[in-house]
Amino acid sequence: MRRLRVSRLLLAGFAAVVYAFLLLPLLIVFPISFSSAQYLQFPPPGWSLQWYERYVDSPNWLEPTWLSLKVAVATMVLSLLVGVPLAFGLTRARFWGRDAFEKLTAAPIIVPTIVTSIALYGLFAQLRLIGAWYGIALAHTVLALPFVIVLVVAGLRDFDLNQELAARGLGASRWQAVWHVTLPQIRPSLVSAAFLAFISSFDELVVAMFLGGANMTLPKKMFDNIRMEIDPTIAAISSLQIVLVCALLALATRFGRGAGMTDR
Amino acid sequence: MKGVDLRIDSVAKHYGPVVALGGVSLTVAAGEFLTILGPSGSGKTTLLKVIAGFEYPDAGHIVVGGADITDVSPAKRNVGMVFQNYALFPHMTVARNVGFPLQMRGVPKPELRDRVFRALALVELQGYEERLPAQLSGGQQQRVALARAVVFDPTLLLLDEPFGALDRKLRESMQLEVRRLQRRLGLTTVFITHDQEEALVLSDRIAVMDGGVVRQVGTPDEVYERPADDFVAAFIGESNLLAGQVAGPDRVLLDGGASVTVTDLDGGKGRVRLLVRPEKMVIGPATNSFSGTVVEAVYLGQAHKLRVRAAGGIELLVRGDRPMEAGEEVTVGFAPQDAHVLRGSA
Repeated sequence: MRRLRVSRLLLAGFAAVVYAFLLLPLLIVFPISFSSAQYLQFPPPGWSLQWYERYVDSPNWLEPTWLSLKVAVATMVLSLLVGVPLAFGLTRARFWGRDAFEKLTAAPIIVPTIVTSIALYGLFAQLRLIGAWYGIALAHTVLALPFVIVLVVAGLRDFDLNQELAARGLGASRWQAVWHVTLPQIRPSLVSAAFLAFISSFDELVVAMFLGGANMTLPKKMFDNIRMEIDPTIAAISSLQIVLVCALLALATRFGRGAGMTDR
Repeated sequence: MKGVDLRIDSVAKHYGPVVALGGVSLTVAAGEFLTILGPSGSGKTTLLKVIAGFEYPDAGHIVVGGADITDVSPAKRNVGMVFQNYALFPHMTVARNVGFPLQMRGVPKPELRDRVFRALALVELQGYEERLPAQLSGGQQQRVALARAVVFDPTLLLLDEPFGALDRKLRESMQLEVRRLQRRLGLTTVFITHDQEEALVLSDRIAVMDGGVVRQVGTPDEVYERPADDFVAAFIGESNLLAGQVAGPDRVLLDGGASVTVTDLDGGKGRVRLLVRPEKMVIGPATNSFSGTVVEAVYLGQAHKLRVRAAGGIELLVRGDRPMEAGEEVTVGFAPQDAHVLRGSA
């Protein structure tokens, strides 16, 4: 009995430490974003919304934001369009070397990003894709694919193939069966995959630096800002980013619930 | 609505070196309830998948109502199937599950609603339209699966061990319900099971399968009373199989040394095996008597099952109506007309 209580306390303590480690940065960033000081200072000497105003009023910040959003959405859509069919192939088809091929799809996260970036720079320079937003989206799709594939493959492995057979026996074509029966049932995997693809692009710096040209994504703009004129605008943007990600996470949780599972 | 006939014509299917179906031919009459009975690995599920169109046969044809559908996609076969685990779509309500085959056929909304309602009424599930499958009991899920399989007026109904997951009492009532529904709709039905009792209760005819081939097709009493071979005899019900040599027009000399009288020899010669069902055995003197010792006695509720060891290494299963103790001396026997003669190699 006593032992049990001690181990529980230890577990709770450990969890608290992990949470503190994860959340403490937020406790610094949020207050600084509301700071009245002209430079990064903690604790803030007074309170003000000036950094949020500066962000919202400045095209220098808003343009990279829109660019990043555009690239992230495109990455999300592209990586699902490519990754989901690939995941179907990896789980359903029988061909020689399938397992090896599946492992190979993790390559983009194994190869250092800087290597991928340089290689893509060389290729995209020839294709005149440097500086184009869709070039960045293409590159981000490569980086996001492993997440999509791992999640969707796992979802499809848990899926009961008889469901699809039943649908086809009831009059559905192969596509209709996948659309009406399979995809809704692996929705949790699809939502998680979409979320991760979006975030991995929205947050990405290295590839964007190489391929962005004159175009600035938000992470690149932030990076430049830190190097040139460090001021709390960064904190304000970070706070907004965190809020955005939390909102997306909430949406993912809401719509990513297992199919057919009741609310019980 | 009227059922149509189904003809399975020398269907063969291999998986690599494994023969799943070794040339199966069967006919099912319009409106008939045919059970394919066999142990797991006998090929019965493969045969059902070939009929449904989920597996393509290496050879042979499936003919429904005179039309060869071997090359027709499952979606266009118009075959209703109830899967072993029902395969209800967990993300759809009962109404959407049952409406699915109609939706796929482009049936207009008002008609669809009407037909779903009637199908649910048929299985007595009115009022459950908006439930999800997870909110239903096993028996209710099965009814939904059944409604979904018949709502689009299929030409055939295929049932793949649908009662396996139900407890005994529910299973018995669902069996009767399926049979009632099938008769009412006049649906040609192929039912798959490994449960011989189920097969005997439900079927117009039974096809016993083993090793990818059909061993015997017949009515339940034919299959039970006059099995074609040892496998069928042993698979359906309990049996005593006594090997021996024909020694006269109505005499068989058993391997243990005993000589018995039978009526079923029809002038045959050579080695035979005699099948005597335990319930045909009597306790006490009979035309063919064996004295021995009870080695095991099991109380079954409505009867007592005895295992009796007699001279010559013969062991007999006997279904009796009075309790006995292991170790008791007993005389058991059977009448000449209660032995069924099996020929050919064991």
